Formats: sequence, structure tokens, C-alpha cells
Amino acid sequence: MKIIVNGAGHDTEATTLSALLDELGHGQAKIATAVNEAFVPAAMREKQTLNMGDRVEIVAPRQGG
Amino acid sequence: MPSFYDTEVASRLMLGTAQYPSPAILAEAFKRSGAGIATVSVRREAGGERAGQDFWDLIADLGVKVLPNTAGCHSVREAVTTAQMARELFDTPWIKLEVIGHADTLQPDPFGLVEAARILTDDGFQVFPYCTEDLVLCDRLIEAGCRVLMPWGAPIGTGLGLNNIYGLRSLRAHFPDVPLVVDAGLGLPSQAAHAMELGYDAVLLNTAVAKAGNPALMAEGFARALEAGRLAFEADPMEPRDMAAPSTPVLGKAFLA
Repeated sequence: MKIIVNGAGHDTEATTLSALLDELGHGQAKIATAVNEAFVPAAMREKQTLNMGDRVEIVAPRQGG
Repeated sequence: MPSFYDTEVASRLMLGTAQYPSPAILAEAFKRSGAGIATVSVRREAGGERAGQDFWDLIADLGVKVLPNTAGCHSVREAVTTAQMARELFDTPWIKLEVIGHADTLQPDPFGLVEAARILTDDGFQVFPYCTEDLVLCDRLIEAGCRVLMPWGAPIGTGLGLNNIYGLRSLRAHFPDVPLVVDAGLGLPSQAAHAMELGYDAVLLNTAVAKAGNPALMAEGFARALEAGRLAFEADPMEPRDMAAPSTPVLGKAFLA
């Protein structure tokens, strides 16, 4: 299934956001997520299903002003 | 010392964490500045990358409160989603709300800012809005639930200082009980001192320190300027006048003509 992850095309077998994060190697990393521009809390990642063309954003703490 | 959303902080300086030559120099700048609050952001991360965790460890070692931002967001939805992600990552209800309306000046979009502030306040956030010095906009932000206002001094990263002294002074007079922070545009400690002399509660800056030749030294310069400016404000300065008035007594001067 083709989806978009952080702006780039990605082919995945994952059907949930949680499975996608495992597939990408995020493990227990300090990250936050959104699907199709809507925030998905960490506790909801297992229930968040993925569909063809979904846009997934994965972010982490960074420098800011 | 200033208090934001009932949390007192030990410094009038909020310092950004971007653009430093190295993490060690960032840490030294924070130490010399005495800043009580660090601004941070969220950005994309790839699997296996540890940049986020490494940065988080660095910030945790600074021992300061963190103020996440929504920098770079140009729409209400983008800003709200970014704020929600930041709240989860940094475990704080504080958010420095930026909704940018103009690409060249990075001027806030006042309409989007008020809308996003209302949504986030209703969702339990404590919003620090990056705004202009427009009185009507600031009234609307207060109505939307903001208990802090952060007008710009000048466009982000310019170092131009306080571009509209009259506007900033009016804001202080109009909102005597709201914590006011000059956010963005400062380049020199003297400009920060001026903000303090106007009665502002704090300043937020990043580039002026991070891009100085010696960031740690500049950070200390800002810290001292803030202290000097605040002391001047509390000392009730003299009123300026147009005509000269001798300070040395005229009476008793020797007649030598």
C-alpha cells in the first residue's frame, strides 16, 4: 500500500500507525504523530488504521526560537 | 520576577535554542544568560534517527522550563495540530503560538492567530501568542483566553530592535496587569534594556545570541541589560524635557567675567 510519510512516498504492509512506526524503526523514540493533518495521540496509534494515500507526519523535539 | 499562567520564572529572558554553532555553545549561552525558559520546536524525524532524543537530553540538562512553538505554521489547522504534537512531546500546556501571515516579514496573521488561540485555549493550552503591537488584536487575544501577550519588536531575525515604541508603550498602558513579552527582532542588549524601561516583563530572543561571534558573552550581555533596564523602570525615571536645566547649582558660582 502506498502512503506518504513525512512528505515522501512509502510502500508499506502496515495497516495501523503503530505497525508503521515499528516498520520504520522508531521503536520507543520520543516522537509525535499526525495522520491526514490530524493529531494522533500515542495512546491511539494502535487503533489508527492506515489507508492508501494517507499522509503521515512523524515529528520529534528540535531547536526552535 | 515575571509570572506566566501562575508559574513564576527566575529570569526575564526567554532564550531560543536554534542556530548555535554547537550544543556545547548553546549550553554555555544558557548558563551565562540565566534564562529561565527555552523555546523549542518539533520537526520531522526519520526512523532510527536519534536527533530528537539527543536534543531532548540536552534541553533537560539545562534545567529550564520549555516553551514549544508552532514556528513556520501558516494556517490555523497546521498550528493547532503542531501544538497538539508539541504538548505530547514536551509534556507542557504552554505553547508559543505562531501563525505566520506574510512570507517576507514573517508577520503574524492576526485573524488566524485569534482563531487558533481560541481553539487551543478551549483545548486546555496556555497560549503565548506571537503577535503585533496592535491594540485591537491584543484585545481579541485576551478575549480568546490568552493571559500573556508577546508583541514583536521587529520582524524575526532582523535585529532591528523596537520598531514602534509608541505602540509598545500603548500596549503596556492598556494592559497593565497582563504579562507582556517583546518577542523577536532584538539584536542588541540595549534594545532589551529599552523594553524593560518601558515596563515589559520579559523578552524572547534567539538570533541575537546564537549568531553573535561569541554567543555566551552576548547572552550575559543581554542578562545584564535586562537587569539594568528593569531597575531603571522600577526607579521611576525622570521625565525628559526639551530645554537644558543646569544640574550644578548656579547660586554661589564665582564671578570671574
